[in-house]
Amino acid sequence: MDVRDVAHLARMHITAEEATLFQSQLEHILDHVRDLGELDLDGVEPTAHAVAVQNVFRVDEARPGLPHAQVMANAPQARNGLFMVPRILE
Amino acid sequence: MHAQLPTVATLPQLLANGQTTTRSVVDTLSAAIESRNPVLNAYLSWDGAEAARWAQEVDAQSVANRPLLAGVPIGIKDVLNVQGQPCGCASLILEKYVSPYDATAVARLRQAGALPFGRLNMDEFAMGSSNENSAYGPARNPWNAGYVTGGSSGGSAAAVAGGMAVAALGTDTGGSIRQPAAFCGCVGLKPSYGRVSRYGLTAFASSLDQIGPLTQSVEDAAILLQVIAGHDPLDSTSLDRPVPDYRAALSGDLAGMRLGLPREYFTDGVDPQVTWAVRAAIEECRKLGAEIVDVDLPHTRYAVATYYIIATAEASANLARFDGVRYGARESGQDPIDSYGRTRARYFGPEVKRRIILGTFVLSSGYYDAYYLRAQKVRTLIRRDFEAAFQQCDALLAPVAPTTAYPLGERVDDPLQMYLGDIFTVTANLAGICGLSVPCGFSDNGLPVGLQVLGPAFREETILRVGHAYEQATDWHHGLPPVCAEDGGQ
Repeated sequence: MDVRDVAHLARMHITAEEATLFQSQLEHILDHVRDLGELDLDGVEPTAHAVAVQNVFRVDEARPGLPHAQVMANAPQARNGLFMVPRILE
Repeated sequence: MHAQLPTVATLPQLLANGQTTTRSVVDTLSAAIESRNPVLNAYLSWDGAEAARWAQEVDAQSVANRPLLAGVPIGIKDVLNVQGQPCGCASLILEKYVSPYDATAVARLRQAGALPFGRLNMDEFAMGSSNENSAYGPARNPWNAGYVTGGSSGGSAAAVAGGMAVAALGTDTGGSIRQPAAFCGCVGLKPSYGRVSRYGLTAFASSLDQIGPLTQSVEDAAILLQVIAGHDPLDSTSLDRPVPDYRAALSGDLAGMRLGLPREYFTDGVDPQVTWAVRAAIEECRKLGAEIVDVDLPHTRYAVATYYIIATAEASANLARFDGVRYGARESGQDPIDSYGRTRARYFGPEVKRRIILGTFVLSSGYYDAYYLRAQKVRTLIRRDFEAAFQQCDALLAPVAPTTAYPLGERVDDPLQMYLGDIFTVTANLAGICGLSVPCGFSDNGLPVGLQVLGPAFREETILRVGHAYEQATDWHHGLPPVCAEDGGQ
């Protein structure tokens, strides 16, 4: 694992010091995790979820949500009821 | 009963008899927080004035036909949304976030007459086992302020054990209710996966997270579970199954019960003082009428590895929402990707970053099968271990953690060592079963030890019955931590 590459995939800048520290700590953790390689898992089904619930659907109809102003109240930058983001297209 | 605060179970009677008022309880609570919180750092914030206003309203109402929790203030972990209050998850990225709605568990407390009170400290985004990952400094153990509370619900445990909360809600993804309850000497219940709605809980690992109570007694845990359990259309993982009468299950004896001891939880790696206290508790359960049998959970040694792959994978996906666009702090950048990168770099703490990186790695192309898929398969084996064990007994008895609380700072530089301390708690989350932590003694240096009772999924009434019978036969839960004595119990 190269923590710089992975951090980029996670859209998270890391400093050189963090990269060095995390690299050694995470390699230590991955060494432990490799114990799972000892097990013969042929024919074992994966468990994604501890209880067997299938997809749960609700009726597809519009229902009231939170008031618009309340939702926007936590936005770091908003204008005219819209979330502002850095320009993508010139 | 700890300190001067009544329990959830006794308070309605005290109010009905006129022996106390809600205002008096709130005043005691506020005074205790003012006096002890500067040391214990259990609350990140609280509003004593609002609580006093609420108390006066409650006291003005008739005591007849009151709901179950009328006049009971309940502390809330900083990961659960309470309308109009901050919900910061002890993270700088949500420093200014104010909840626009109530979590379902919180709404149910309100409907039952309770007041969601204060924001309790925790590890950032519930990632940690010592509360040292909070952006606001660790909560401290009421039995010795130089020691950790455990985590991630460390503030909840310290508040209840330190006489600063009648009861509290926490969350448990890999032991985050049970382990701090054990370290601080209170009761902690992790309900089965699907028992309590997670709507309004800021997600960490969605296939593992559960909300549950931290309380002064097992009966209190039963009462709070009664209120928060049940199906919720807003959380499709909450199951539509009947909620039994948990309090009625507290018979006070263990006649006819068969309790299993998982051999893998009683190894040389466990602190002898923990083993000794848990063994003594097992003897007590035998005296109360239980038959004790040995069982095997053969895949226990793979549990920590399995858990930290699955939990970090899910965390990396869940925390992708913190990009500084719709809520939370934002750093500006040249383009959106640069802005996300700077925002997440600046406002996430080191443990959150480590877990996001590990989780992203185990899900990444080329490594998914070797790590994530493999862990999901081992999860199946761990689940089957429990299914087989519960063929032989009604519940399991075990330590909550291999040690008691350790000194602050001891494990912060060694994440793997911190993770390995979760060995006896992560299994219940992986298997989706329920677990209870009950005080069962003290180490030589005066720190609490917890007895863990594990039960099959949706058999909370069984583990509550075991914990309650044990608790009634012993007096560990009556101990008063030094912090409550030092300030005269104010």
